[in-house]
Amino acid sequence: MVMLKWHLEPRLDTTTRQRWIHTIASVAAALLVGAILLAGAGVDPLEAYVHIIRTGLLSGYAVSDTIVKATPILLCALGASVAFRMKLWNIGGEGQLLLGAWAAAGVALHWLPPTTPSLFMLLTMMLAGALAGAVTCAIAGVLRAWLHVNEIITTLMLNYVASLWVSYFVFGPWSDRGFPLTPSFPKGATLPRLTDIAASWPALGGMTAHAGAILALVASGVVSHALARTRWGFEIRVLGQNPTVGRLSGMNHARLTLTTMAVSGALCGLAGMTEVSGVVHRLQDRFSPGFGFMGIIVAWLGKLEPWRMVVVAFLFGVLLVGGKEIQPGGVPQMLQGLILFVIVGSQFWLRFKIRVARTEPTS
Amino acid sequence: MNRIAPSADPKDTTVAMRGMVKRFPGIVANDHVDFTLRRGEVHALIGENGAGKTTLMNMLAGVQRPEEGEIFVHDKSVQIRSPRDADQCGIAMVHQELMLAEALTVAENVALGLRNLKWQIHWSSIERSIEEQSRVLGFDIDPRAYVWQLSIGQRQRVELLRALMRGARILLLDEPTAVLSPHEIHQFLASLRRLTAQGMSIALVSHKLEEIVQIADRFTVLRKGRGVVSGVPTASTSQTELASWMVGQKIDKPCHDVRSPASDVEVLDVHDVHACGDKGFEALCHVSFKVFAGEILGVAGVSGNGQRELADVLSGMRPITSGRITLCGNDVTHATPARFLRAGLAYIPENRRTQGAVTSLSLAENLALKTYRQPPIAKRWGLSRKEMRSFARRLVDTFHVQAVSLQQPAGHLSGGNLQRLILARELSRPISLLLAAQPTRGLDIAATRNIHDLFMAQRKAGVATLLISEDLDELSSLCDRLIVLFRGRIVARFDRASFHRDAIGRAMAGIETSA
Repeated sequence: MVMLKWHLEPRLDTTTRQRWIHTIASVAAALLVGAILLAGAGVDPLEAYVHIIRTGLLSGYAVSDTIVKATPILLCALGASVAFRMKLWNIGGEGQLLLGAWAAAGVALHWLPPTTPSLFMLLTMMLAGALAGAVTCAIAGVLRAWLHVNEIITTLMLNYVASLWVSYFVFGPWSDRGFPLTPSFPKGATLPRLTDIAASWPALGGMTAHAGAILALVASGVVSHALARTRWGFEIRVLGQNPTVGRLSGMNHARLTLTTMAVSGALCGLAGMTEVSGVVHRLQDRFSPGFGFMGIIVAWLGKLEPWRMVVVAFLFGVLLVGGKEIQPGGVPQMLQGLILFVIVGSQFWLRFKIRVARTEPTS
Repeated sequence: MNRIAPSADPKDTTVAMRGMVKRFPGIVANDHVDFTLRRGEVHALIGENGAGKTTLMNMLAGVQRPEEGEIFVHDKSVQIRSPRDADQCGIAMVHQELMLAEALTVAENVALGLRNLKWQIHWSSIERSIEEQSRVLGFDIDPRAYVWQLSIGQRQRVELLRALMRGARILLLDEPTAVLSPHEIHQFLASLRRLTAQGMSIALVSHKLEEIVQIADRFTVLRKGRGVVSGVPTASTSQTELASWMVGQKIDKPCHDVRSPASDVEVLDVHDVHACGDKGFEALCHVSFKVFAGEILGVAGVSGNGQRELADVLSGMRPITSGRITLCGNDVTHATPARFLRAGLAYIPENRRTQGAVTSLSLAENLALKTYRQPPIAKRWGLSRKEMRSFARRLVDTFHVQAVSLQQPAGHLSGGNLQRLILARELSRPISLLLAAQPTRGLDIAATRNIHDLFMAQRKAGVATLLISEDLDELSSLCDRLIVLFRGRIVARFDRASFHRDAIGRAMAGIETSA
C-alpha cells in the first residue's frame, strides 16, 4: 500500500518570487480576517472593501490622494529599514519627522528671506530637514556606539522631546496670532503639486500629489543601491549579522553605528520636510497622524527591501485614504495591524515547506 | 584502561535503527543506514566530515525526523518526533555545537533539562548534586559559575552533567573529545568507562582513531551517507585499518621533517603581556615570545589556560593591561582589529561559525571580507559584484571549497568546507603573520591534512605562523618551536629537536616549569 506522508522541510533559500507570493497571500489573509471582524461590527465587508478601493485607487484623484499619504510613510520606512538592517532599532522615526518638519519650517519662515528663489529655498529646506532628523537620531547613535545605551529607549523618548519641541514653537515664538500653527509658507517654499501645472494639463486640476513623491522614489533607489552595492551597505549587513566577524574584518563598529543612525534619521527628517512643504504648507501641532510609526510597520512588511516597501507604502496609502469614511472609525488601523500580524506570523512558511511524500510502509 | 566487558548478547540491544533515510536539499545525508547500540557498550560512529554521522545521531535525538526507517528502543518500535520524545526514551545527546544558555549559571542550565521540577526550585540541592556528580566523574565544575565564563572544555562537561542528571541511559556524544586536551581526554574516557559499567549505552561520534581503538567496543563506519560497515568489534581492528575504512584509501602520516631553517626576521614580538579574562581575573601573565618569518610557533596547553585570551589579544579583540606588542615593526599594543589587519595579520579563529564567518551571508560576501576595501572589488564608494564573484570563484577553486553556488549562505557548509573558506579568505591577501586557533578541530583526516599542507606552504613562503592547538600530534608535526601555556603563563619552551611528548605533557599539566 502506498501511503502519503507529510513532512515539514526547512527551506535553504527563498526566491524573490516566493517572498512576493508570501506578502500578497498575507495581505489577502489579513483582509479575510478583517472581513469577519467588519461583518461582526455590522458592516458589509465587501461593500467596505469596494469603498476603500474606489476612494483610494480607482480614480486619478484617488491615486493622487493615496500618493500624498504614501510619500512620508515611504520615507520613514526607508529610514527605519537602514537602521534595522544593522539591527539598530530606531523607533524614533516620528520624532525625527517632526524635527525635520520644524527645521524646514524654520528655513521657510525665518532663516531665509521669503523672496529666496524657489529651488534654492526647497533644497535648503530638504537639507535642514534631513540634518535635523540626522542629528536627533545621531544622539541615540552616539549613546549607543560609545556608552552602550539601548537605542530603543533613547529613540522612543526622543519622540516626546521632538513633539514638545514642535509644540513649544507653534504655540510660542512661531505662532500665527496665537493659533497653534505657523503662518503659511511663502510660495517659493512649497513643493510643486500636480494641480500647480493644471494650466498646461487641465486633467490634473485639483490633484494634490507633490514632488515629494518623486523624492521618495529617488530615495528608494539610492537606499537600494547603497545597501546592495556600496561598502557602507556591505558593512551594515555584516555588522548587523555578526559584529565579531565585522570587527575582525577591520570594520569600525562605533563609527558605522553613528553614520547608520544619522542616515536613518535624515530620511525620516526628509519625510517631515515633504509633509510640511508639500501638504500642510505650514508647521502646526499634531500634523502627522503617526507616519513615523507606520514607516516602521511598512519597513517590516517590505522585509527591509526598498522596492517592496514602495508597494507596501502605497497600499497603506490606499487604506488610509479609502478607510477614512468607513464607520466605525479605525478600520484602516485595524487592517494595518492585521496585515502586520499575519505577515510576521506567517514568516514560518518562508522558512519551511510542506512536502508530501509517497512512501511504501516498511515492514 | 581496565575494561568491563559489555554485553555481547544481541538480546541486550538498547537501540536499533534500521534503514534510516534522511535527505537534505541536494544531498542524501543518510541512505538506508543501520545502527545498533547494546547495553554497557561504547559504539563508535566514524566517518569523514559530511558522512552523515551527526544526522544519524540527530534522528535518534529527535532533532531531525527520518524520512524512512524504524527505530527500536528496548525492542519497542518508537517514533522520536522531538527531543522530548528522545528524553522519554532515556536518550540524551551532547551536540558538537554546545547547546547551553550562556547567560545562565551551570546550575540553571542543568535545571533547564530536569523533569519533575517543583514549583519552587531548590537551587542549593541542585547545586549539591551537580558538585557530587561532577566529583564522581572527575569534572571540576562550579555550579554557580556562568556558562559564558567557562572554557569550551568545561562547557562540554556541563552538557554531559546535564544529560546525566536528566536520567539518560543512552548517551549520544558528537565529537566530545574534539575540545579536550590530552590529559582531559584521558579523564574523559575513564569517566565513559565508569558510565558504561553502570549499564549506560554510549554512541560516540569521533575522528580520533586512537581513542576509538582505546575506548570503543564496536564501531560503525559511514561514508557519503552509506554504512560501510556496521557494528564491527574493535578488538580485532587496528588504527590503520580503521583509518582506511574511514577514508577508503590507504593513508600515510604526513612528514614535514625536512626543514629549511627559519629566518631571523622578527615578525611578532610579544613582550611581557598581561590581560584579563572574561571573569575579570588575570588570564595572561608575563607572556613574552617572538615569532620569526618562515617558522611555525606552537602554543600548547590544556583548554582554558589562556589560549583564547591570547588569540583575542593578538587580533585586537581584547585590551591588554600591560606589556607591548609589535607586529612587523608597528606598535600594535592597543590597536584595533583593523590595525592588526593592516599590519598583515591573518586570523583563523577558534569558533568557525561565530567568529570566522557570517553564516547568513553568501560565500562570495564572506570571501570578500578582508579584501573588499581594495580594488578591484572596491570601486570608489561601491563594491563590484562582478569582481567579488570572480574573486570568490578563484578562491573556491584554488582551495577546493565544495559549494553548490557562490550565493549559498556560508552557514550551509560543513565544518571542513567552512574552514577551507576561512583559510582561503585569510590567505587571499599578502600577510606576514598567520594566527590560527584550533584550526583542525572537528575536521576529518583529509581536511586536516589539507590544512596542514597549507600551513607548511605558508611557512615556506616566509610567513610567520602562531598555531594555538590542543592536538599534540598536530603541534609536533608542524611546529619549529613550541611554548606551553599553563594558568596564563608560559611554563616551558621547546625546540623541534627537544620535542618530547612526555615532557610537553608534564608542562601542560603544570608539573614542570622550565621556562
